[in-house]
Amino acid sequence: MKPLLNVIDLSVSFDTLNGVARAVDEVSFQIFPGEAVAIVGESGCGKSVTANSIMQLLPTPPAKYSSGQIIFEGTDLLKKSEQELEKVRGNAISMIFQDPMTSLNPVLTIGTQIAELLQLHQKLNKQQANTKAVELLQLVGIPLPERRINDYPHQFSGGMRQRAMIAIAIACNPRLLIADEPTTALDVTIQAQILELMKNLQTKFNTSIVFISHDLGAVAELCSRVIVMYAGKIIEVGTAMDIYHNPQHPYTWGLLKSIPRLDLSNKKRLESIGGQPPDLLNLPTGCSFHPRCTHAMQICSQYFPDTTFVSNDHSVSCWLQHPNAPKTVREAVI
Amino acid sequence: MDIQPNSFEPLKNNTTDVMGMSMASISPSPWHRLKQNKLAMLGLFTIIIIVIIAIVGPWLSPISYSDQNLMQANRPPSSDHWFGTDNLGRDLFIRVLYGARISLAIGIVASLLNLTIGVIYGGIAGFFGGRTDRIMMNIIDILYGIPVLLYVILLMVVLKPGLTNIFIALGIAYWLGMARIVRGQILSLKEQEYVLAARTLGASNWRILFRHLLPNSMGPIIITMTLAIPEAIFAEAFLSFIGLGVAAPMASWGVLASEGVTSLRSYPFQLFFPALAISVTMLAFNFLGDGLRDALDPRVRR
Amino acid sequence: MKQPLLNVQNLKKYFPAGTDIFGRTTSYLKAVDDISFSIAKGETLGLVGESGCGKSTTGRTIIQLYKPTAGNILFNGKNIITHADKNLCRNMQMIFQDPYASLNPRMTVSDIIGEPLDIHKLTSGHERTERICELLELVGLNKKYSNRFPHEFSGGQRQRIGIARALAVNPSLIICDEPISALDVSIQAQIVNLLETLQQELGLTYLFIAHDLAMVKHISNRVAVMYLGKIVELAPANELYTNPQHPYTKALLSAIPIPDPAKTAMNQKTKLIGDVPSPINPPSGCRFYTRCAYAKPICADQEPLLSDIGAGHLAACHLTT
Repeated sequence: MKPLLNVIDLSVSFDTLNGVARAVDEVSFQIFPGEAVAIVGESGCGKSVTANSIMQLLPTPPAKYSSGQIIFEGTDLLKKSEQELEKVRGNAISMIFQDPMTSLNPVLTIGTQIAELLQLHQKLNKQQANTKAVELLQLVGIPLPERRINDYPHQFSGGMRQRAMIAIAIACNPRLLIADEPTTALDVTIQAQILELMKNLQTKFNTSIVFISHDLGAVAELCSRVIVMYAGKIIEVGTAMDIYHNPQHPYTWGLLKSIPRLDLSNKKRLESIGGQPPDLLNLPTGCSFHPRCTHAMQICSQYFPDTTFVSNDHSVSCWLQHPNAPKTVREAVI
Repeated sequence: MDIQPNSFEPLKNNTTDVMGMSMASISPSPWHRLKQNKLAMLGLFTIIIIVIIAIVGPWLSPISYSDQNLMQANRPPSSDHWFGTDNLGRDLFIRVLYGARISLAIGIVASLLNLTIGVIYGGIAGFFGGRTDRIMMNIIDILYGIPVLLYVILLMVVLKPGLTNIFIALGIAYWLGMARIVRGQILSLKEQEYVLAARTLGASNWRILFRHLLPNSMGPIIITMTLAIPEAIFAEAFLSFIGLGVAAPMASWGVLASEGVTSLRSYPFQLFFPALAISVTMLAFNFLGDGLRDALDPRVRR
Repeated sequence: MKQPLLNVQNLKKYFPAGTDIFGRTTSYLKAVDDISFSIAKGETLGLVGESGCGKSTTGRTIIQLYKPTAGNILFNGKNIITHADKNLCRNMQMIFQDPYASLNPRMTVSDIIGEPLDIHKLTSGHERTERICELLELVGLNKKYSNRFPHEFSGGQRQRIGIARALAVNPSLIICDEPISALDVSIQAQIVNLLETLQQELGLTYLFIAHDLAMVKHISNRVAVMYLGKIVELAPANELYTNPQHPYTKALLSAIPIPDPAKTAMNQKTKLIGDVPSPINPPSGCRFYTRCAYAKPICADQEPLLSDIGAGHLAACHLTT
């Protein structure tokens, strides 16, 4: 099957007064039609920059797309002009963000914001656009949609706003939906509703979802594949079962061991990863994770690890995979 | 890649105590940002030059601002008299330089007075909030309705023209803007977690105001003050222009402009140079103030 | 039974919400509406709930940042509302949520940690410096950084500085107001471990306010669940999670995503209908009845009281009584 989105060796850097920060460093991954893929990592890992790069939403100074290709349905988005990109945004690819309050225009009604998009991309007239807007609000579970299309964002609760944003995002039936931490700012009960909504929409419209998050629980709910990033690089990729049940990279182990579990009754101490998240202007040599890694070896401080395929779908960049490396016994996390 | 026999040995002295660098290392310091703003740096440079010339110029000059030479009256700019002479033969260049002293002094002293009054008033209103704040702000709202220049003119009529009286009149007229800014800052900072933390630690109101609130309000205060200086300079020029400012033979720019206007048709240079001086100085402070405002904008910081 | 360190009785905190043309308050936002609980010395009580439930307000009212509208707060038996205690700040301290806003950006680390020492005139000169270094080490920070400013540290390190500041006066109770929500996942575990170690070493008592139920379960001995200003359930941590009684607690627990793709299919979500009602005009009777799948007529009329259903498990629901 051909991938819907094929990111090849993407590098994005930021020009700052204190130097060049390589936020994304030769990142490659593929998204296939109809699948939900998560990109997980902590602050500074580059997941948000990667997501924003797909539609080139980063301000280009100070950001710079230093190399790579972003191939969507056969064409390289990085080579497209701004006008051509505008035809893609909101149409074939849409995005939803973390804070619905700042992503929605506070002076336009929700109905107008949806209708605008439909008139622009699908060339509907005002009447048709409004009807479709009501349908969309219904679809995302907002009660009394005919009344609510005339409401302003501040008249919606947090969860409702997020639903409205999803309605705007799916208005033109995108093939790819990029969700940048859409549930992080929501209460857990609302988060559950939004995740369910996203799952339903995905099955109904066969939309691919790129789900950016640091919440490993939400990721397990929604996504079938997981990409783990650290300091601008992808360090492990696999199916959800692979990552959660057979993680290979010490950082992934660390992440999984540091989350408290509701379903397990052991009251062991949480195992944390020592040290601090990396400084993008001053990255460690070799594997950027080595200063915090309890299994670090000499070679880890010298060269970035090669990518090893543990199985067809599961790859990891870690020197522990090398045949000469000592066998490490990973404690069962689950 | 060079794989050694010991490549897979454990890495010794792996420190996990890495000094965490935060986003501050990525976003530049305010000074850096200011340096990038060319207009602001031009303004700063100009101000420095004017200040230096104003202080040093009259000392170095052989002639004083009040030396009259009726033989040389109303001469256009020449190598002897760079800005020409006025109707009493006084060298305009020296008079403009001397005027710079007066205008800058007034600008800065008046602004400092405004600062003090504004900070105290705004600080009290913002800090205590509630009814105190409401009443104090209502008073400001009423005062805002009165045209300030009118008020200053009335003050000067009462106090009589003179340098000290200008300091007083300007100093007690323009504090409204500063008070509002300070009050706004304090109101917004009051709910910051570090202020709450200070309260839970048992800090007294004084301590909170002087150690926590005011130091963190310095940004807008400095900007307001920088932008208040040209206002004061202009006010003084205006007052002197209409005869309520400093008296002859003292040469503030307003006095020079006033003298220049009467001979506008015949000797335009006599108005041109003082007006140029006023404009350049005001622009310089405005550019600097705008640049400071951009550089100190807290939203850019994280 | 030993006297609890903190005993909160019928605490209420209302904020004015609407005024008439004369400026008199006509309606109130009932952020905290009659809650009672106690914490024993050395214990950690978790306080959970979603946004708007009043948990943060509870913490801030206890530490006297807000003046309570009604109720009693007894610390070591003494009512701190009626008897203003100057030494209260030395007994009770708070750790805040936002590591980027809880430290004065213009003060050095040693000034920040030294401030409580200065306010209460606890040490001076050489002793002061020593005490500051001691505190820095206690929270795992290198003392050579004591002259740096907050913006030079990461979120987790700043939170440690905040903890050191709270410990400077040797409090016995620390109210932790969402201390880890703003941190990265791996750093959250570091800070929680630090808090647990400090509790053991210094005999501290915690009121741990958070919305991350899994973390609260991990660190707390007992947990109280709040909804719209009321405590709806209070039980020992394990008991609450294995045997929740209140429908809201059940809904909350079932909504938490489990970080295990093998278990998600099995996770039956209890549906919650509608939105959270306004705290200015809460529903009559049981506040939760408008969204409760099991609501009975009595739920709209009568407010259920928090009652003991055995083994230290309290629930406020007509269905359990």
